[in-house]
Amino acid sequence: MEGPGRLTVDRLLHILTISAVALIALTLGTLRRDHIRVEYSVSWLAGAVVLLGLSRSRGALEELSVIMGLGSSPPLALALVVGGVFVIIFFRFTVIISKLRDDNVALAQRVAALEYYRKNRGDEGAAT
Amino acid sequence: MVPTPAGTLMIIVPAYNEAGAVGAVVESIHVEAPGIQVVVIDDCSSDSTIAVAESAGARVLPLPHHLGLGGCVQAGYKLAFELGYQYVIRIDGDGQHDPVYIPRLYDVLRKTGVEMVIGSRFVDNNGNHTTFLRTLGIRFFRAVLRPILGRGVLDPTSGFVGVNRKALEVFSKSFPLEYPEIEALVVLRRKDFRFIEVPCKMRKRIAGRSSLTSLKSVYYIVHVLLGVFVNLLKIDRPPWRGRGD
Repeated sequence: MEGPGRLTVDRLLHILTISAVALIALTLGTLRRDHIRVEYSVSWLAGAVVLLGLSRSRGALEELSVIMGLGSSPPLALALVVGGVFVIIFFRFTVIISKLRDDNVALAQRVAALEYYRKNRGDEGAAT
Repeated sequence: MVPTPAGTLMIIVPAYNEAGAVGAVVESIHVEAPGIQVVVIDDCSSDSTIAVAESAGARVLPLPHHLGLGGCVQAGYKLAFELGYQYVIRIDGDGQHDPVYIPRLYDVLRKTGVEMVIGSRFVDNNGNHTTFLRTLGIRFFRAVLRPILGRGVLDPTSGFVGVNRKALEVFSKSFPLEYPEIEALVVLRRKDFRFIEVPCKMRKRIAGRSSLTSLKSVYYIVHVLLGVFVNLLKIDRPPWRGRGD
């Protein structure tokens, strides 16, 4: 790719570099303040590193574009990779949230049962 | 009601902001099923549901935050299972289910050995206090469930159900968290459990109004269909493949 098209791609890659660095800084800063847990920051850091690597390696991006069958269209390949990274991260978080929800329900039910036993101490156990 | 040894049958009443109705429900349960343990499961109501239920003579299982109907009912199933109860009958706290049918549900549960008994509005076309849209929804889910269950079910959305200990064990481990009635039938099918519908009249709710708005009805249908589909994926031997014995 040459001419104005190349300039656009270069600009896109610069923006991606800045975004990836900002994402890493944001994640580390939030980690430092204990607002997210280390295990949940890994996805964001890994995604940001992939994007950073890709944005600094134009050759790799062009090769990826060819592998994906997109010919000489690195912006499209870039968009697909960025989208893919975010889809994976969001899916992982959906799994985590679902597990937390299940744990939370089980915990609430347990707390309710303990409160029930506390209130009816001495009366229960007839059935067991 | 047949004499029932203590610790055999528990009646659970899921309730969320039902202070206007739950007292009358508990009192009529005590009339129809004297001596039976009644536990109101309070889904973190903001009104005086707990106080009303306790003053009517029920015990209360107070959830620390709102879980929705499925989580609320499952809390009751878990408690009953832990305490060793053999049978549990669920009756809603809004007064739509008439406790006069509790002995009938219990008798069928005991005598037939089925895992679940459903109090059905449609077996004998008994007093059907439901809206046109809801009736359409029920017909739709009847059609969806027939091939899955390998038999028809007339009132798949009824919450007036009784279960025995085998179903109790399954439901205390795995139970749909939202809109549980229809998915619970598919869970039963997965386990090769049986159910029977017995005729019951439903009444208008004593107080309050249904939480199912028009928009929520659409969400309900999509949610339940997805839940049924997911449960279907877990069935080892769907009815259309035959029993293989």
